[in-house]
Amino acid sequence: MAEAAQPAIRTRGLNLWYGDFQALFDVDLDIARGRVTSLIGPSGCGKSTLLRSVNRIVERLDYVRTSGSIEVMGHDVLAEGVALTRLRQEVGMVFQRPNPLPISIRKNVLFAHRLHHPGRRTRTGDDEVVERALREVLLWDQVKDRLSDLATGLSLEEQQKLYIARLLPVKPSVLLMDEPCSALDPEATSAVEELIWELRGDYSILIVTHNMAQARRASDECVFMLMGKVVEHSVTGDMFVTPEHTETADYIEGRYG
Amino acid sequence: MSAFGATDLDLSNRRRERAFRGLFGAMTALLILPVILILGMLVWKGHSVFSLEFFLAHPRNGMTEGGILPALVGTLYLVAVALFASVPLGVAAAIYLSEYAPDNLLTRLINLAIINLAGVPSIVHALFGVGAFVLFFDFGTSILAASLTLAVMTLPVVIVATRESLQAVPQAFREASWSLGATRWQTIRRIVLPNSVSGILTGVILEVSRTVGETAPIMFTGATFYVAFLPMSVFDQTMAMSYHLYTITTQVPGVPEALPFAVALTLIAIVLLLNSVSIAFRMVLRGKKKW
Repeated sequence: MAEAAQPAIRTRGLNLWYGDFQALFDVDLDIARGRVTSLIGPSGCGKSTLLRSVNRIVERLDYVRTSGSIEVMGHDVLAEGVALTRLRQEVGMVFQRPNPLPISIRKNVLFAHRLHHPGRRTRTGDDEVVERALREVLLWDQVKDRLSDLATGLSLEEQQKLYIARLLPVKPSVLLMDEPCSALDPEATSAVEELIWELRGDYSILIVTHNMAQARRASDECVFMLMGKVVEHSVTGDMFVTPEHTETADYIEGRYG
Repeated sequence: MSAFGATDLDLSNRRRERAFRGLFGAMTALLILPVILILGMLVWKGHSVFSLEFFLAHPRNGMTEGGILPALVGTLYLVAVALFASVPLGVAAAIYLSEYAPDNLLTRLINLAIINLAGVPSIVHALFGVGAFVLFFDFGTSILAASLTLAVMTLPVVIVATRESLQAVPQAFREASWSLGATRWQTIRRIVLPNSVSGILTGVILEVSRTVGETAPIMFTGATFYVAFLPMSVFDQTMAMSYHLYTITTQVPGVPEALPFAVALTLIAIVLLLNSVSIAFRMVLRGKKKW
């Protein structure tokens, strides 16, 4: 199969249990490369679980069982011998709350880079990495004069952008975002959405969101989930204008949530 | 009567409020009183002995004259060796318990054991020290045996203080680090330890101040009545402040009254000094607190 045609994330027959509770049912999903895909659905529908199973962070709870397959860029994620630290370089994750490490802005950006490229570092090389990452997330101009300040002093919007910047130096291909704007005010939200839109193309982005307007504004494709199953997956415009299923229509029109 | 005038209920509440406030205040005053009395008494009775010679000379004339140099040096020696043993061990154990150990029955039992270990009377530790270090390991009565006994005794304090300061580091920092592909050790080394070192140091210093005053654990394991020389190796016996105070108060006839008071005051001064260092540490590092 041609590289470009391969989806960024492909799941087949994915089932997931938390103990006795089944959270995902036979999920078959192809997440397109270089596009922004929104995962929507009511609370408890399994969208966060699905997101967290892609970089296998869901397994931190040791009563989780999975069956089926997940591939990232054509490579089996659940195979034996997959190094989680390698996987998490390829698949970066942004959490709900901005989560800067209590070190300087510069060191935050370099944190993962240093972990994965030990030894052979130069000051200028590091400077380049920092500048490129911060420029990519549209943060460079705001923080370039205070790179040695603590990252915890930044505004929430800046922190969330920094969080994204922190993922980039290890060159991920997929970015998972779990309600990346839910802790932000409307202005910061639109700034981060703008950034997400900016990053598509270079990265394949999967976002969990509760915000219908955001899903509509800032994604190419939408996946609607209900009770652990994928109900509908279509181009965002189509889903919001002519949803195929009544459940989808009910949800996006706010009849339940 | 105005609408907001005090009713009988208000008045009785107010009286009760005053009574309780007075009661708690009086209790606090009662608590401080002994401290002031002890310190005042020590200064009043002991101050006449203080001189440079008191700190720099050996005891003379069957302990009734001269200074406390060997005891002072001995105490510092004992504490330093005890620290050397207990800090690495305690911090490592705390890191394991806080960062690696799964939350299961075994871990909980270990935690329980550590807390109980802290409650074991010091004389029991002393006897353990005699059995284990003096006799079994054959260190004899020596600084090494006494310090190891002190180390075992203070280990629970180090572990608990370290574990608490590790757990004070928000879980979110660990998750951020893990999600960037850091291993547990990388996370501990780069994120957790730098943010908990102030708490760990505070715990260590408090432990030191406790070690300084202990008498029972060193009495049978390494402290001695009198030596003419300062300790040269960990296999020497040594004098120590706490034990010296005990002997000149109870074992030696003809000691001038002021001498024990001066020794006691010096002992307390060392402890207070260490505690204030620890408090200062905490204030400086808290000022730099990074989140």
